[in-house]
Formats: sequence, C-alpha cells, structure tokens
Amino acid sequence: MLTETINKLKILAGAAKYDVSCASSGSNRPNTGKGLGNAAPWGICHSFTEDGRCVSLLKLMLTNYCIYDCAYCANRKSNDIRRTTFTVSEVVELTIEFYRRNYIEGLFLSSGVIVNPDYTMERMVQVAKDLRIKHNYHGYIHLKSIPGASDELQQKAGLYADRLSVNIEIATEPNLKMLAPDKNFMSIMNPMTTIKNKIIENKEDRRKFRSAPRFSPAGQSTQLIVGATPDSDKQILSLAGNLYTNQNLKRVYYSGFIPVNSYDKRLPALAEPPLRRENRLYQADWLFRFYHFSIDEIVNDNHPDLDLEIDPKLSYALRNPWLFPVDINKASYETLLRVPGIGVKSAKLIVVSRQYNKLTTENLKKIGVVLKRAKYFITCNELKMPTVNEISPEYVRKALLSDTVQVKKKNAPKLYKQLSLFP
Amino acid sequence: MNLFIYDQSFEGLLSSIHDALETGIVPDKIVSTRLYQDDLFATKFDIATDLEKSEKLWNMVRTKSSKQNCERIYTAFLSELPEIELVIYNYIKLIINMPYNTEADFSNDYVIKINAIYRKVSREAQRILMFVRFQKTVDDIFYASHDPQYNVLPLAVKHFKNRFADQKWVIFDTRRRFGYYYDLNDVREITISNKKISFETGKIDKEIMHVSEKLFQNLWQNYYNAINIKERKNLKVHMQFLPKRFWKYLPEKDLIKNGQIENSIVTVG
Repeated sequence: MLTETINKLKILAGAAKYDVSCASSGSNRPNTGKGLGNAAPWGICHSFTEDGRCVSLLKLMLTNYCIYDCAYCANRKSNDIRRTTFTVSEVVELTIEFYRRNYIEGLFLSSGVIVNPDYTMERMVQVAKDLRIKHNYHGYIHLKSIPGASDELQQKAGLYADRLSVNIEIATEPNLKMLAPDKNFMSIMNPMTTIKNKIIENKEDRRKFRSAPRFSPAGQSTQLIVGATPDSDKQILSLAGNLYTNQNLKRVYYSGFIPVNSYDKRLPALAEPPLRRENRLYQADWLFRFYHFSIDEIVNDNHPDLDLEIDPKLSYALRNPWLFPVDINKASYETLLRVPGIGVKSAKLIVVSRQYNKLTTENLKKIGVVLKRAKYFITCNELKMPTVNEISPEYVRKALLSDTVQVKKKNAPKLYKQLSLFP
Repeated sequence: MNLFIYDQSFEGLLSSIHDALETGIVPDKIVSTRLYQDDLFATKFDIATDLEKSEKLWNMVRTKSSKQNCERIYTAFLSELPEIELVIYNYIKLIINMPYNTEADFSNDYVIKINAIYRKVSREAQRILMFVRFQKTVDDIFYASHDPQYNVLPLAVKHFKNRFADQKWVIFDTRRRFGYYYDLNDVREITISNKKISFETGKIDKEIMHVSEKLFQNLWQNYYNAINIKERKNLKVHMQFLPKRFWKYLPEKDLIKNGQIENSIVTVG
C-alpha cells in the first residue's frame, strides 16, 4: 500500500473529477451495533478545492480503462493516457481510513466500462457490499449505474448504496449519438426507470415494515454537459424539468464543458468552460425546484436561452412587468417568491412576521431582502417609490447592471499616481 | 446603573433574569464574576444561582414559545459574546410579557438579534463537523484539536459519538483548554497536559503518531490535489468557503505550506 497506491489514486481520482455530483445529503442512515459511521441527512462538506467546489466524498473510478470512445470524455478509448485499476480491497481500505479521520462523508464510485456493463457493475457493487457487510460501514455510498447492466445488478446496487446515478451528459438524443455512438437515451433511461420504480416500491414496504432494508434512500441524480453541443437552454431545462417530475430525480447537475480532446472536430473549440452559463442554469434549476416556477416561464420558444448578464428571476420580472408591484403586506407567498431580491428565506419570514405588524422597508432590510433590487417591484406601508412600471424595464435593467459595474470599478486597482504638492 | 453579577453558568443567567423580572429591577449590565470590573457608581446585585428559579423560568419560556426557541436561546448563550446576557434578558422578557408567542415576529429587533447570533453559532458548530481531522496515535486513539470562535464543542459531541462508535477518539478545544474523550463506552470531559501535542498547530508529534498515519495524510493530500480542476480556478470563492483560520487543521493545506511531501508531485498555482 505505498507508491503504487498513491499513483493509482492520482490517476483514478483525476479521472473521476469530471463527474461534478458532490452531495452527501438525503440519507438518514444511523449507526447500528457499534459499527462505523452514519449518514447525516443534511450532508457535510469536509473540504473545498481551489475551483470552489466542495469535497464531501472520496470520488474515484474503479478503473479508467474503457471500451467506449465518447467524444467529450477524457477517458475515451482512443486517448493515450495512463490507465490503471484499483482492487476492491484497495478502494475499501481507502474509504474506511479516510472516513475514520473525518476526511469524508463516504464514497462516490464510478468506472470506465470494461469487458461489458454487467462485469463492470458487478465489481462496483462488490465494493459497496464489502463496506456494508464485512466492515459494518454506515456512511454514505454513491454508486454510478452502468447503462446496459442487468436489472438484478441495478437492484443489488440500490440495497447497498444511498444514491445511484447515471449520466445523460447530452440533452438531445441526436447530439448524444453524434458524440457517443455506443450510447442512446433508452440505454440510459431504462436503469433510471427501474430504479425509480424500485424506490417507490421500497418506500411503501418501509411504511408497512419499518425493518425492511433501505433502497437508495437519497434517490437518483444525473449530469448534463453544458456547451459541448449547440443544444439551447430550453432543451436542457425541459429535459431537467421532465426528469424531476417524471423520474423523481433528486438533482440534475450542469457541468460546463471543459475543453478536452480538442483534436476531435465534433466538439466546439472553446477557450474556456462556459461558467457563467452554467451558473445561470443552476439559478434556473433553483427557480424550478424551490420557487415554483414552471420551465416554460423561465425559458420558452420566444426566449430559448438564459440571459447571461442578469439572473433568470430578474429576467422573468423584466419580461413580465405587469405583474408588479406587489404589496409586501398582502401578497401571497407564491407571489413574494417572484420578486427579485426576495429569496425563499425572506419570503417565509415576511409571511410569518406580517401577522404581528405591517412591515416597512426597515423591517425588510433587517429580514435580509435585497432592497436594491426589490424596490422596483414592491410596495410597502410607506410613501410610494417609483417601480418597474413607472420607470421602464430597460431602465431598471440598466440601473441594476451598472450597480454591479460600479462595485467592480470601486474595487479595481488604482491606475494613476497621486501627485505630490511638495517637491 | 444596575449591575448584575452571576457565576457564568446558564442556570446563573436564568436566575439573574428570574430575579430581575420578579423584582422589576431593570439590569443595565449582566456580567460574570470572571469578567467583572469594579464600578464605583453602579448598584451591584450579586445573584445566587438557584436551580429551582432557573428551572421555573425555563419552563415558562418553553410553554410561552417552544422547545426549539429554548434551544435557540441556549445556543446563543454559547456564543460568549460580550453583552449576550443583556440580549438574552431582553429577549426572554419579550417572550414572557407578550400575551402570544412572538418568536416569529421578525419586525421586532430582539427577535432578529437572537436569530442572527443563533445562526452564527450554529454555523460555527457545523464547522466543527466539517473541519475536524483526526490523527491516529500509537495507542489507536484518534486525536483532533480545534479552536472554535464560540463554545460549540459540546454541541458536536453527540454526532461524533454516534458516528465513530467503534474507535476511541479525543477532540480538544485548544482555545478553551478542555475537550472530550470517547473510550468506546462513554464520553468524558478532559484536559490535556501532554507536551507531544501542540496547541498552536493542533498537530501531534511524530513520536506518538501511528505508523500508518503519515501515509494516509499523504494519500489524502494527493487526492485533494488530483481532484482540482485548474480550468475552473476561483480563489475568491475558495476563501469564502474555506477561511484561512481552518487551514492549520487540514492536511491537504499542508501541501501548499510545506511544498515538500514524499512520493507526490507538487503543482503550485
């Protein structure tokens, strides 16, 4: 367990980093019988990388050999890179020792496909089984589902893992087939549907018999690459909305395309990953899941791509100015959620506090509402201020954008030298 | 000005508040005996900690508001902020005197203040769960130190007892010089006088380190380095999430400081 393991770890952790899923939440797995570990339902980040992402799990590939040649993947068959494979016991030992030192919440295990999907999935499930059964480990386990693996293996995986996921990567089937000819939507959706049904069935079982074993209690997730194909934000978000509603997915992750495999002419020549667009997609995702927006309201045929300059909620408000201003003291919770500058927390506090007193802008500021934005869209128990209907949406947009520019100008380094009055 | 002096315990504070509310004397300052400085012009009231009185007041607060609110007040007390006693006095007075439950009235300044402090302390408590890193000693005890801004270590003990039920561990608050030891059965409060454990760096000496410890720290450093995506570098966000004051506890940050780890390639920038 020395130099060889360190080298394997460097290669197989580096290979796994393009799968951005990082959550360790959603599973309330207690420790039983003086075993090792438990899963905290809210998830815990143990560290943060220099690119700003949280490190919660030990994210590894079991092997980075692969029989497929997907254009967007750094581990594709035709790339000449260092390849290696972990043994089952190596992964188990790394997980346990890191867990004991509180470095991680658990394990995230992916793999390149070797021999065939069943063979690959069998070995991954073995790692999870060893952890649970041999080592009495109750921490978090996230297993990738291999598209094409048998139903029985998918189900076995769910018995040991807290979360299962299979990555769609490309939002539309024709583009997926162009970049990854070995894959298609069916081979990815089938395991998703099987697992979804098993989760529903298992929830029923546990309602009747508390001692029924858990099945993937933290649900499923998936990943979509952003910017590798000309798919619009509407296509991406429509697919995501569908997955949340019909496949009961817990999370969809959006990963800005990191320019790998630049020799492949099917891929766009990007100078850098589209991080701003990725950020807007996450904001849109939040609007769908927490702010009760429909996908149609965020992006549609008239407005198929998200505005890069302003966030999706402000964009919606400026495109629908007739909905405002709303009266803070009378509007419903749903309506308050639509006001730029009012988040879920502030909306809840407003609804609860106004039972006691009529709220003023002073109260709103203390509650945490961003008045700089909200002031154009609300009325309060006070003198009337100009709102988005008196000033035009274009003017509001300019005002809010220039605010950001002013802050940037203020923080920029001084380019001139102060002249001295005295020689 | 009215000066209340109590013994720094939570029950002592509740006794002071009980006395203040019962007698109608409004304290201008509530201070612990440790921090008390003599003031010629103040009327001093030495409060005797009375468990019955504090229990009675606490029950009133619970029935008037909620069990959750009680947790909120106690957590705010752990902040050890100066003047926290007066903030709690004003908050409890509000809760007791209003005919209905005001814990959710965010148009009230005291409610906002208590919740803000509660959030700060909770976040610091969560940080213990996040950034504690155990080091394995030769006697198979997993040792970790931490110096939280607020006195939140007692809040974290239950989590570690449940999670690491099959290994002996110690977590030590180097700022307040006390800690907890789990011996596979119970958790006990302890102090440490072992010269081989540094209170500044939080690290244990090589002599008492388990033979495998350096290897696993090394593996972790290599892992941390390998998962960084350089094309997405964002140090501003990184510093927001991982303030420098925690770096001394994280082996992965050692990589940047020392720049010299066996069997690994160091990449800078």
